[in-house]
Amino acid sequence: MKVIEAIGLRKAFGATIALDGVNLGVDEGRILGLIGPNGAGKSTALNAILGLTPYQGQLRVLGRDPWSERDQLMRDVCFIADVAVLPRWMRVSQALDYVAGVHPRFDRAKAEGFLAKTDIRHASKVRELSKGMVTQLHLALVMAIDARLLVLDEPTLGLDLLYRKQFYDSLLNDYFDRSRTIVVTTHQVEDVQHVLTDLMFINRGRIVLACSMEEFESRYLELTVRPEHVAAARALKPIHEHQVLGRSILLFDHADRQQLAALGDVRTPGIADLFVAVLGNKVGQAQGVVQ
Amino acid sequence: MNTQSNAVPDSPLGAQGIAPAAMSVTRPMYWSVRRELWENRSIYIAPLAVAGFALVGFLIATIGRSLSTPDLAERRTILEEPYSFATALIMGAATIVALFYCLEALHGERRDRSILFWKSLPVSDLTTVLSKASIPFVILPGLAFVVTVATNLIMLLLSTAVLKGSGLSAAALWAQLWLFQMQLLYHLVTVHVLWYAPIYAWLLLVSGWARRAAFLWAGLPPLAIFIIEKLAFNTSHFAALLRYRFTGPEEFDFTEPGSSFALHPMMHLNLGKFLSTPGLWTGLLVAAIFLAAAVRLRRYQGPI
Repeated sequence: MKVIEAIGLRKAFGATIALDGVNLGVDEGRILGLIGPNGAGKSTALNAILGLTPYQGQLRVLGRDPWSERDQLMRDVCFIADVAVLPRWMRVSQALDYVAGVHPRFDRAKAEGFLAKTDIRHASKVRELSKGMVTQLHLALVMAIDARLLVLDEPTLGLDLLYRKQFYDSLLNDYFDRSRTIVVTTHQVEDVQHVLTDLMFINRGRIVLACSMEEFESRYLELTVRPEHVAAARALKPIHEHQVLGRSILLFDHADRQQLAALGDVRTPGIADLFVAVLGNKVGQAQGVVQ
Repeated sequence: MNTQSNAVPDSPLGAQGIAPAAMSVTRPMYWSVRRELWENRSIYIAPLAVAGFALVGFLIATIGRSLSTPDLAERRTILEEPYSFATALIMGAATIVALFYCLEALHGERRDRSILFWKSLPVSDLTTVLSKASIPFVILPGLAFVVTVATNLIMLLLSTAVLKGSGLSAAALWAQLWLFQMQLLYHLVTVHVLWYAPIYAWLLLVSGWARRAAFLWAGLPPLAIFIIEKLAFNTSHFAALLRYRFTGPEEFDFTEPGSSFALHPMMHLNLGKFLSTPGLWTGLLVAAIFLAAAVRLRRYQGPI
């Protein structure tokens, strides 16, 4: 059984189409990054998966219909929607009490263990914590829940580099195992490049790229071309080209690594570079990478 | 404060022993109500503070005044006076807290985006709305009753001490207190819970629906209906309907001097008449519809 299965998922807000027939299947044990520009439909897709918004089309999450069974689904699904959703009036101890009270799969000792590694005190109110500490608290609560699917919507927005790194390290080291599934959206793609197992680009309500990270690494190559070989490299039909410090950097899809190596330095591109290549203003070329 | 607390063990480990079905209903409800009390401490602070003021006032003004009266019969009369007043103050405070609470209940969580956190937990919209409705319907009347009884009891003990010191018996006061408290409980349940139910339910619905200025939205639609009716038909049935809801059926006008706060003994006898008032049942039906709408609405609502 797929953890998330969507067929022809559609959602419109008036004349604006947020999701335009999205097909999606996420297997157990994957960490999927949903990457897209603002307004691409990422949050709408996640909201549909979490039962926060009604939709058209077929959608099953862990075999349930999220819209009609949200409260049941939330026993097996956790989400961090944003950094700032923990109620500001709440004390840390109250947050622990409350989640322990309503969630049958919450392991309080585990949450307290995570908190013990931070500077967060039980008597503090959320409003007294820094943004980074609020995220640590939320993550401690979520990681102590034995859930099958974790959804993260911009979980590290506005955090500094240290907190961001710590966030993903904790997630991978203390939480993730092959029986859990994580779906994450973020604009800080460089943070998640080595975390993800699967990658999905979404634009204007449509999925424009979906591949595993293994596939990503074998398929896409970035060539920093030597000036004398620029014409030869261009002849191999790169999907994108940009200039950095006067040197041409070309991005190839399904190219021969040996052949490229003769023309310059070859490496695996960053997700951000591919993102720009696929979703940049060259719409015609973007179509070329649709699977 | 909450009868469900008996059924729920405090330790999270105790949850394992509870049947899943029972767990899914009572525990989230219990914790949701506690959550409301954590967030809105005015629910218990306001009645307690008012009770404190009433007691200080009683201690300074009433006791002082009675002791300065040489006439013993008058001394007793003075001591009998302030019970209704103290009760009215506490009930008034509880009612004001209930009104403001309802207007804020489903609005605040959307405004501060915390609704996304609440919705990330396995608590249904029904449980959430019912836990919020329990504040004006169960918690505040119950609390007002307990605080009032305690306040009256303290006042009575003080009075007894004064009367004993003057060589008078306080037995009559004690006898009245019991009756008074039963009448108070009856008044709370019939008027504040059953009769006013649609008012609280309407405010909860508005708080779940309005994007801003819930206070205005609570009052404007009724005013608009009143004005349109007046202009179109030159009648004021809707205003009469609202007045009926606020003041109660004619037979026992709550706002008539001497009946609402002094708790007229006749009210006590009129339970059958109260229960057979059609307005009671239509009011409860309307309240149920408003609450059901609020539950449905919460499914669709996100941060604003």
